[in-house]
Amino acid sequence: MKKKVISMLLTACLCLGLTACGGGSDTQQSAGTEGGSTEASSTQAGSEGTEEGESGGLISVGIINNDPNESGFRTANDKDLKEAFTEENGYDAQFAYSKKNDEQIASAQKFIQDGVDYLLLSAADTAGWDSVLQDAQDQGTRVILFDRVIDADESLYEAAIVSDMKKEGQQAVEWLKGQELDEYNIIHLQGVMGSSAQQGRSAALDEAAQSEGWKIVSQQTAEWNAENAQQIVQSVIDSGDDFNVIYAENDDMAKGAVAALDKANKSHGVDKEVIVMGFDCNKWALEELLAKNWNYDGQCNPYQASYLTEVIEKLENGETLSEKVINMDEKSFDAETITQEDVDKYGI
Amino acid sequence: MKKENSIFMKIVRNQCFIPLMALLLLVVFNLIADPGFFKITLADNSAGNPILSGFLITILDSGSELAILAIGMTLVTAASGGQDISVGAAVAIAGSVLLRVLCGTNSRPETLQAPIIAAFLVSCVAAMLFGAFNGVLVAYFKIQPMIATLILYTAGRSIAAWINNNELPVISEPSFKYFGEFIPGIPIPTPFFIAVACMIVTALALKFTNLRLYTQAVGINQSSSRLNGLNPAVIKVMSFVILGVCVAVVALIKVSRIATINYSVIAKDIEMDAILAVALGGNALSGGRFNMAASIIGAYVIQFLTTTLYKFKVQSDALPAYKAVVVIVLVVVSAPVVREWFAGFSKKFMKREAA
Repeated sequence: MKKKVISMLLTACLCLGLTACGGGSDTQQSAGTEGGSTEASSTQAGSEGTEEGESGGLISVGIINNDPNESGFRTANDKDLKEAFTEENGYDAQFAYSKKNDEQIASAQKFIQDGVDYLLLSAADTAGWDSVLQDAQDQGTRVILFDRVIDADESLYEAAIVSDMKKEGQQAVEWLKGQELDEYNIIHLQGVMGSSAQQGRSAALDEAAQSEGWKIVSQQTAEWNAENAQQIVQSVIDSGDDFNVIYAENDDMAKGAVAALDKANKSHGVDKEVIVMGFDCNKWALEELLAKNWNYDGQCNPYQASYLTEVIEKLENGETLSEKVINMDEKSFDAETITQEDVDKYGI
Repeated sequence: MKKENSIFMKIVRNQCFIPLMALLLLVVFNLIADPGFFKITLADNSAGNPILSGFLITILDSGSELAILAIGMTLVTAASGGQDISVGAAVAIAGSVLLRVLCGTNSRPETLQAPIIAAFLVSCVAAMLFGAFNGVLVAYFKIQPMIATLILYTAGRSIAAWINNNELPVISEPSFKYFGEFIPGIPIPTPFFIAVACMIVTALALKFTNLRLYTQAVGINQSSSRLNGLNPAVIKVMSFVILGVCVAVVALIKVSRIATINYSVIAKDIEMDAILAVALGGNALSGGRFNMAASIIGAYVIQFLTTTLYKFKVQSDALPAYKAVVVIVLVVVSAPVVREWFAGFSKKFMKREAA
């Protein structure tokens, strides 16, 4: 009897694990769901407000972001925002962090009650924002989304500043086409299935493979995880299948793949056996590019503050935005042309 | 005939029978599907050292981490009658501490700031402290192990990130990679040696100390063990602390493999596999008697299965489903009811043959 109960429990656990794998539309992998801290640090309005909007004072903004500990991307993103929204630049900014939607909504309500001029939001989850954004509209708080989109009516927010994951993928694929290899045998390491980064970056490669007749030797999700990526590439090597391109949807997975290549004595990098491609522009990854051990790295732009301030300036001046969804420019780096300055400037 | 029968029954009754049968099944399946699975080649790696490679080597390599964790998990299971689900997060913490000591304040050191052994010992202490934390919750506060370890399961990875100021240290020192890959000149992956060392230490401890007796006594009946002069709480905490040591060893291997760490995904879901290894070994998950060898074989069987599925290019996010099927079959087969039924059936069969 006991064993039966245990077996059922085990099955339940496994099923849980399964659903955990599939779900989530997070841009970045987030594990360790610790109760996010909703500390709001407010920079007090000083006397030396220099430039401003029409109101003459500082523009008050409430910024709701995901936990900066989540990933290197988020850390860079948070740092960028903190540097841009300062008193010297004419802002009175308050920050709130959480990985949980309900906590984010609570902070949003607090900001709206405080009567901030702008609410900048990177939502943890896509659902559940309608009523709070409606409140914001009634209160005259203008909402700008950054990094992540939500399932709410477009009229509820002024603008959304996002990364176009598909474009990132297409840039990478265009670059790959430009390499003019005799044949393309690709190992495709995907992120967590269903995440927007995975969908966009996979779609671009899938389309190109179809139209160009590239061969996908293996297409597997390594769930953003270096160890899984290493095992997947190891298994392809052990099977003896030929391949000459590794298309990893983030840097960690590319790193895992390279570890497997090193073990099998397959050379990788510029003018070597295997082309290695990664995404996200981690600093260490760009250094690999600089050392010509990898070939390509695509950016997922965390520097969103300049776009946000531009939108706010336009709105303050009473201009209308030409489009609601603003896609950021995203760079890509080739090992043959990357410089130390690029590494310092764009590495996260 | 009778004697043969009893030997046969003895084999079937042995706890190692189930995991070994599972292993045999996987081997036969692979032999039929593609004998190339068993090919092992000796070739140079990119550093110019000869190393063995092949699916079997991969299993030895990756399965060793799981085997080490299975040792600790078996003890925790036996003593407390519950499982520690925080080992993945604890690996992240131990790995983070290890890198913190190695790197000091600079996340990209040219040279190591401390000897690797010192860093490992510090991370060992950290992992043991977190193990003791879990153990105290379980033993003194009488919280169910799964619930108690849920705390660290949810908080652990954030703690790991916090230890390194959320930076991602990268170690460039080549000797650091020896623990997760190969020592130059030795063609067998180092994790296997580490696992063997852990097994030997465990075997010695079980043979020459009262560890097995006390753990089982506490697991089978707490109050009677207390009446016999044992302190069940101490034994339970100790089992969690031993698991902490296992966690630190695994963290060293894992961090060494990629020479860096990713707090959110390192050793993700490894607790599930470790618990499965214990279950596959036929150990009662409700505590009491345990068989360490069966758990360790169970760990390698799980890795065998994983590698087999990777070889057949099964979508890796579907892996848990396949594992679930296998585990359900195994757990059902090893259930006492089914075993008795099998025993009765084979007895009948033998009788008929004799007649």
